[in-house]
Amino acid sequence: MATLSIHKLRFQQRGPFSLRIESEQSVSLTGPSGAGKSLLLRAIADLDPHQGDCAIDDQTCSGMPAPQWRRFVGLLPAKNVWWFDTVGEHFDNHEQPWLANLGFDTDVMRWTVSRLSTGEQQRLALLRLLQNQPQVLLLDEPTASLDAENTQRVEQLIAEYQAAQHCPILWVTHDPEQATRIARRHLAIKDNQLRETGSHSL
Amino acid sequence: MIPITPWDLAIAAVLVLLLGLTSLRLQLGITQSLFIAAIRTTVQLLLIGLVLKLLFDTVNLYFIAGIATIMLAVASREVLARQQRRFSGWWSIGLGSVSMFISSFSITLFALWVIIGSEPWYSPQYAIPLLGMLLGNTMNGVSLSLDRLTHGAWQQRDIIEQRLMLGATRNEAFLDIRKQSIRAGMIHIINAMTTAGLVNLPGMMTGQIIAGSPPVEAVKYQILIMFLIASGTGFGIITAVTLATHRLFDERHRLRLDTLTVKSK
Repeated sequence: MATLSIHKLRFQQRGPFSLRIESEQSVSLTGPSGAGKSLLLRAIADLDPHQGDCAIDDQTCSGMPAPQWRRFVGLLPAKNVWWFDTVGEHFDNHEQPWLANLGFDTDVMRWTVSRLSTGEQQRLALLRLLQNQPQVLLLDEPTASLDAENTQRVEQLIAEYQAAQHCPILWVTHDPEQATRIARRHLAIKDNQLRETGSHSL
Repeated sequence: MIPITPWDLAIAAVLVLLLGLTSLRLQLGITQSLFIAAIRTTVQLLLIGLVLKLLFDTVNLYFIAGIATIMLAVASREVLARQQRRFSGWWSIGLGSVSMFISSFSITLFALWVIIGSEPWYSPQYAIPLLGMLLGNTMNGVSLSLDRLTHGAWQQRDIIEQRLMLGATRNEAFLDIRKQSIRAGMIHIINAMTTAGLVNLPGMMTGQIIAGSPPVEAVKYQILIMFLIASGTGFGIITAVTLATHRLFDERHRLRLDTLTVKSK
């Protein structure tokens, strides 16, 4: 069980943004490109200098070493990068429980990264992130280069992970239909303001 | 030793002139820098010859310290000039000078006090050539390593940040680039030691033998110099790379490429 709270976050002439996402709550985030959606996720993950602070329950970001914080808040960037030759080298353990959920078998661990399609990279990047067992998920268009079938697989897996870990999720998407599928609370960044664009309680 | 007359040097200069004219014909675009370099080497070496003569006649610690400071300043400037991406502010020049000072100066002092034991210890006949060889080699190593390091940080910024996102510390995320850049700076001296005597006869030893020293004496000095250069270069590079790494990341393990500026052409 964890709650993510963001308190007066300012970065690169943007903000202040404040936000609270409850345990097991999903929030969609939209906004024109350049509005600062990705920058907001980066600031929450403490990757860029910023003012203000974030916390998971009562554990603040500034109160713990940055690498530890980044393991707690799992950021899945829009552009994912691989540095070893094979997929398996990026994983601690080749027996990843969710491989099949995303349409892979364990053979994928022996594949070379250069052979992966963009969509395969995107799905595997999600698995790579989940092996840290993050308590919060910050997802930057995690299905941007996926077809309908794989989009559904990813949405399904994230929902399962959330149900198991009770984690809050902040999900950047450009697809309004996806936003209504994955979240009941919707936010948009517009004119340097974080606005609720429609919230339906259960 | 057979003395060399100015005429002898002039004849050798004709060779460089011929090379320059050839490269002009072939449009290699190096003629001008070749001539400037040839003139610089003549003027600079003649001047240092005069300075050394003066130094040998006076043997004054402050005078020698002054010369050493100038040598360090020129080497630091050279390290900076060879960087495509530089640190902003004082770090740009400070990085090279601090790391070369720490390694070259302390190893020269160590060699003078403990190994050679010259009287007085700052005897310019030993102190200045030793420091010069150490500084020169350390300068090459440090500038190569730093250039690799900042280039690597810039080019692989996505990989570094991806690893940070997944919870790596700055050291873990930057380890590969650090290793590569230290290796790049060290490889020259390691190769030189590997092939010394088989392929290349080191310049200092050759000079001593021509000047009439017994070959085995010259060889012992050359081995000493090789060891000093290897350790001076190595420690200098490690210091520079450690300081630069410290500057490239902040205390929250963020990659801070904003500490770098690109050299303007």
